[in-house]
Amino acid sequence: MPESKQVYLYIENLTKHFGEFVAVRELSLEIIRGEFICFLGPSGCGKTTLLRAIAGLDPQSSGSITQDGKNISNLPPSERDFGIVFQSYALFPNLTVFKNVAYGLENQRISKAEIRVRVSDLLELVGLPEQADKYPAQLSGGEQQRVALTRALATSPGLLLLDEPLSALDARVRAALRLEIRSLHQRLGVTTILVTHDQEEALSMADRIVVMDQGRIEQVGTPEEIYSTPASPFVADFIGVMNFLKGEITSSETVRIGKDSLDCDTANIPRGSKVRVTVRPEDILCKESSAKRKNANSFLFKVESLEFLGSFCRLIMSGPEGFGKLKADLSTQQFHELNVTTDSTLTAEFPLRNLRIFPESS
Amino acid sequence: MNSAVSLSMSAAPPAQRIRLSLDDYALRTGLIILIILLAISVVFPLYSLLSKSLEDMDGKFVGLQNFREYFETPALFTSITNSLGVASSVALIVMVIAFVYAYALTRTQMPLRWLFRGIALIPILAPSLLAAISMIYWFGNQGVLKSWLAGASVYGPIGIIIASCFWVFPHALMILVTALSTADARLYEAAEALCTPKWRVFWTVTLPGAKYGILSAGFIVFTLVITDFGVPKVIGGRFNVLATDVYKQVVGQQNFEMGAVVSLVLLLPALLAFIADRWVQRKQVALLSARAIPFQPKSEPLRDGLLFVFCAIVAVILIAMLGMAAYASFVTFWPYNLTLSLKNYNFDVMDGGGWEAYYNSIRMAIYCAIIGSGFIFFGSYLVEKARGITWLRTILHLAAMLPLAVPGLVLGIAYIFFFNHPDNPLGFLYGSMGILVICTIVHFYTVSHLTCLTALKQLDPEFEAVSLSLKTPVWRTFQKVTLPMCLPTLLDVASYLFLNAMTTVSAVVFLYSPETMLASVAVLNMDDAGDIAPAAAMALMIVYTSAIFRVFHALLARKLNRRTQVWRHK
Repeated sequence: MPESKQVYLYIENLTKHFGEFVAVRELSLEIIRGEFICFLGPSGCGKTTLLRAIAGLDPQSSGSITQDGKNISNLPPSERDFGIVFQSYALFPNLTVFKNVAYGLENQRISKAEIRVRVSDLLELVGLPEQADKYPAQLSGGEQQRVALTRALATSPGLLLLDEPLSALDARVRAALRLEIRSLHQRLGVTTILVTHDQEEALSMADRIVVMDQGRIEQVGTPEEIYSTPASPFVADFIGVMNFLKGEITSSETVRIGKDSLDCDTANIPRGSKVRVTVRPEDILCKESSAKRKNANSFLFKVESLEFLGSFCRLIMSGPEGFGKLKADLSTQQFHELNVTTDSTLTAEFPLRNLRIFPESS
Repeated sequence: MNSAVSLSMSAAPPAQRIRLSLDDYALRTGLIILIILLAISVVFPLYSLLSKSLEDMDGKFVGLQNFREYFETPALFTSITNSLGVASSVALIVMVIAFVYAYALTRTQMPLRWLFRGIALIPILAPSLLAAISMIYWFGNQGVLKSWLAGASVYGPIGIIIASCFWVFPHALMILVTALSTADARLYEAAEALCTPKWRVFWTVTLPGAKYGILSAGFIVFTLVITDFGVPKVIGGRFNVLATDVYKQVVGQQNFEMGAVVSLVLLLPALLAFIADRWVQRKQVALLSARAIPFQPKSEPLRDGLLFVFCAIVAVILIAMLGMAAYASFVTFWPYNLTLSLKNYNFDVMDGGGWEAYYNSIRMAIYCAIIGSGFIFFGSYLVEKARGITWLRTILHLAAMLPLAVPGLVLGIAYIFFFNHPDNPLGFLYGSMGILVICTIVHFYTVSHLTCLTALKQLDPEFEAVSLSLKTPVWRTFQKVTLPMCLPTLLDVASYLFLNAMTTVSAVVFLYSPETMLASVAVLNMDDAGDIAPAAAMALMIVYTSAIFRVFHALLARKLNRRTQVWRHK
């Protein structure tokens, strides 16, 4: 996170309609200078609309946007200060890599020699110094996206907008580019907004994540906050894998699930309320069923199926009534130690600090 | 909360006003100018036509009086049934032949497919009149094969139908070839895996896949024939059709009001076919997914052999049509002196405009190609790429689609009424080369517009957004990216306009003046005057020119492809 927490981009009460459809509704957000921020959400949640409103490409219906202390709400895109990269790269196919990168510089009254130096430096920075004279069609997808990134950065914009830049690439290239974009950001310090539906991408790259759904912000926070303390069932479900247990609050510290009761912090939700208790598969502690029970929040479960996922193994288990199908992750090592097979019986413990509780929305 | 813009109660408040940049102003100005130009050259003339049909000779409004008179005159009324009969017969015959021909070209391993494809396109190089003239030499009173008709006269429906089949054949074929060449191999593999008999595969996979192409080709052929005026004029004899009626009313009897009425009647079937075709086109979208695997036809000796014979017969007929006209144009005096000479090419000693008409045609075709392709491309660019102001873009697009529904004859007569009106400040255009160029560009506007739109739609829609983010003015991206990428398309459009300007008769026949006589009109006039051989010779001059132009276009396209489209190659 940047040290001086100066607000660079301020979005206030922004709404965007497309006909009857409300894509973004009364959304407000502050983005800090130099921050790497991700708009994350399922398709149709309004994240791209928000990005395009910031760029001025699809003007907002109401609300205001302030960038670097200046109200830009009514400015055409050409008078705003941003660089943009699209999922489709949108490289000019009839221009060489060099010309693509130099495109924005060429009408800035910069000498040819200077442009040459600047473009070469930038291509060097993204590891493509040899490709300057090639055409986009001669490059791989990952290389093309790097060129698009370079082109957006060439004019040194104050704000970099990335619209699903990695979605068209295959997994391996995507992972490499993630790191690259991240380190590029750290070197250049340009305020960056990344739009993505890929939570892994958001978690691994962002300083802060803005989780969106149905045109609204669900939660804003660091990747760690978003993951471990989701603010709503939507966030809990959308980020990572989550078990949801339906229950009812019976006291200030217990929730009844089926016939059993689970100790957890009920966060001042009134007694008798229907709630959902959430727990991540990796937070469930599995032990041999013969091990001494009577730890709080421990129950017997039967393994129904196994999913081997490389570094860990996911168990699908059924247990006491009301718990439904429970997912629990075991490290491969634990998995061997416990000698788990289908039909094994295990004790699963739900640690108090890893349980979160949400009132059932009616 | 100073920025809380009042939300109106209506469902969708308009987007907050964004200040317009210089680019936006430029594009909007361009849009408005083009809309005004199209209004002047399409909408206003059509309006004049409509109002003329409701007036009497003295310009007084008489309501539907003219129409009543029209439908009460049996001689005029029978033209409707004649026209419909001829057009549907041609559509039926051509569709069957063209479908088999297209099938042979796209779905078999028949030898010499490239040659057959080339031969089939011959009629495009010639005005429709050529086929009719050729028919006279084959089956006319002194025709070589007159006996084949067993006493029937070629001057009438028979001649019109056969000659029309000739010149509309390539139009139908091109659409069907396109429809048949986009097949998904996976469907055929699936059918084969299910042990489906061949005929059933044809009925359940091939035909439905080409359904929209077939319908579309049918509509186009129907419209082309019903609005064509050259063929029935030359070989129709006393068999009246709508198109010749318009000509007779206007040029023969100077009865402009009745001419307006007949052309409105002619507009109706053309308009219906246009609407039906649009409807079909809309349905066609997304029939073939991006994942489809192209179909590779396998060799089947029996089928391929039979189709070869069929295609060979069609090809021989096509060549015979052109060949007879070419041969006759060199014959000194048909049928008495068959020695070959260039006598018929001595146009300057004949009525019909002389060689000047030919040069005028070339001049007009070049103007149309250059000015037309420029305007049309710019217009389609504005429709596709201007930001915001959707309603203005939609208006321009509709205006650009309109000419397709208007037959050339109707457009021509509408131009008379509009530009020859004493109060029209643009009256100076009447009788000039300018009006011929405008009319021809407008006549062929829609197809060119759609071609350009297709090319522009293939460009990444985010190019403009990227340019804006790079603070690049829109004209620079247009010049550096859009235009170079669309250059091959632009060349195709220019070539299309050139060829059509060379061969068109229908619109310009009302608009030429003695100084701006055109080759295609000269063919018509010489034929009218009984100089059939010189008419054939002039028609052949058009064919030679078009053919040379085609070769020139191909060479230029190849060179251009090498020089400016390097980026397309991996």
